[in-house]
Amino acid sequence: MTAFVPIRRSSVVAVGLVAAACGSPGPVSSSPAAPSPVTVSAAASLTAAFQSLGSAVGQVNPPLLAEYNFAGSPTLVAQIQQGAPVDVFASADQPNMQKLVDGGLVIGSPRAFATNRLQIVVAAGNPKGITGLADLVRPGLVVVLCGPAVPCGRYATQALQKAGVRVVPASQETDVKAVVSKVALGEADAGIVYVTDVKAGGATVQGIAIPDHQNVVATYPIAVVKAASHGRAAQAFVDFVLSAQGQRILASFGFGGP
Amino acid sequence: MPRGRQPVPLPIGMLAGAGAAFFVLPLIGLILRAPWANLWPDLTAPESLLALRLSLVASLSATALALLLGLPLAWIYARVVFPGRNLLRALTTLPMVLPPVVGGVALLMAFGRRGLLGQVLDTAFGIRLPFTTAGAVLAETFVAMPFLVLTVEAGLRSMDRRYEDAARTLGAGRWTVLRRVTLPLVAPSLFAGAVLCWARALGEFGATITFAGNFPGRTQTLPLAVYLALETRPEAAILLSLVLLAASLVVLVALRDRWLGSA
Repeated sequence: MTAFVPIRRSSVVAVGLVAAACGSPGPVSSSPAAPSPVTVSAAASLTAAFQSLGSAVGQVNPPLLAEYNFAGSPTLVAQIQQGAPVDVFASADQPNMQKLVDGGLVIGSPRAFATNRLQIVVAAGNPKGITGLADLVRPGLVVVLCGPAVPCGRYATQALQKAGVRVVPASQETDVKAVVSKVALGEADAGIVYVTDVKAGGATVQGIAIPDHQNVVATYPIAVVKAASHGRAAQAFVDFVLSAQGQRILASFGFGGP
Repeated sequence: MPRGRQPVPLPIGMLAGAGAAFFVLPLIGLILRAPWANLWPDLTAPESLLALRLSLVASLSATALALLLGLPLAWIYARVVFPGRNLLRALTTLPMVLPPVVGGVALLMAFGRRGLLGQVLDTAFGIRLPFTTAGAVLAETFVAMPFLVLTVEAGLRSMDRRYEDAARTLGAGRWTVLRRVTLPLVAPSLFAGAVLCWARALGEFGATITFAGNFPGRTQTLPLAVYLALETRPEAAILLSLVLLAASLVVLVALRDRWLGSA
């Protein structure tokens, strides 16, 4: 009996892969009520907000079904450049989006849909008593940052420069979530991440504010990918993100308006 | 036994061809896409050399550690009967099938700053393994050692134990038997296991990035450098991948010919 289960499952996956590979709308649109799945590649920092957005787009008319691919923005750009079947790309910074614009891989000009700011993430209760960026140079303190290719890494470097602080990180993580988890697990004492990631990190971590004159405002652009196999649904998703309702959802996760 | 050409049934031939193409095609893709003109500058770029050197140091250290700990373990598995042996063997070979990232998380729970043993190491000796080269070695050993243990255990089980008995009846002590009879007899599987272990350690990614993090020259091994280069310098990533591929291919072909029985 049980031996059949994996076989069944793999055949379903195979059919799904073939359908995805062909970009065939056939099996999807066979039922008129079935929402078209939009594949959204979004920066890791958007994870919680976009997942919440995803349940909301199911209620709009006509309903949308969003499938997400979350990772560091450069990874997502590389995937799209290699022809990954993606409909919408939401980046955590302009330079990564610009790579797709330069490559002629997106439709029209990208729209800014959210902003984010940096915070220092520490363990809940702030056991090391960190009050600002200047504290991060303290000897013995384990600081992790995002890698230099990842937007949060570049922003962190800018913020540290503005504060006149030189920090040698213990690790250059590949995305912002990895920084938060290293702090949450207690392996690192502090990291520099987005306000929204501290919020999404839950009760195990807390944020230490970085004053405006040292902070960096990250602008998030979104665009429909030229190779999109669900172009109309992709545009509808982008419109929803920019709508008042979409902006309310983003704000509830700590994002600022564009 | 006559070894003439056997007629291959068409469906089997076609499926086998598809199976082979499935592995060969990605390699051809890499080779065709590789910007050969940049080969030298990309491979000798400081970050590539740093990753290359670290990868060699870490994978060789991991192999040495695996030999030190894995050889006795293989011997125990092959020679000593004790309750729970099969369960223990299954546990120690688990990393072969475990997603390496899960292995990395498990290592954090054991050797991290707040881990079971890591906590003691930190408070008593000030030793912290995450974010260090030692941590990268540990992660690679965790994932690669099972290959050595299983290979050596199989070698020990298949050897003719009468040689050991004969040596002992002739008055050789246990250490002499081990050194002069057992180890030379299992040398081929020992070598094969060590090389397989080294190749696996060289390619390790998930456990390393999870447990040891990523910092150039310290924990950024070649596979991590490939992953990061893919984002910033895709051409360099392809060339670095080819280095890893070439190393692994040489290992597998050599092993197949000399120790795993050639076809």
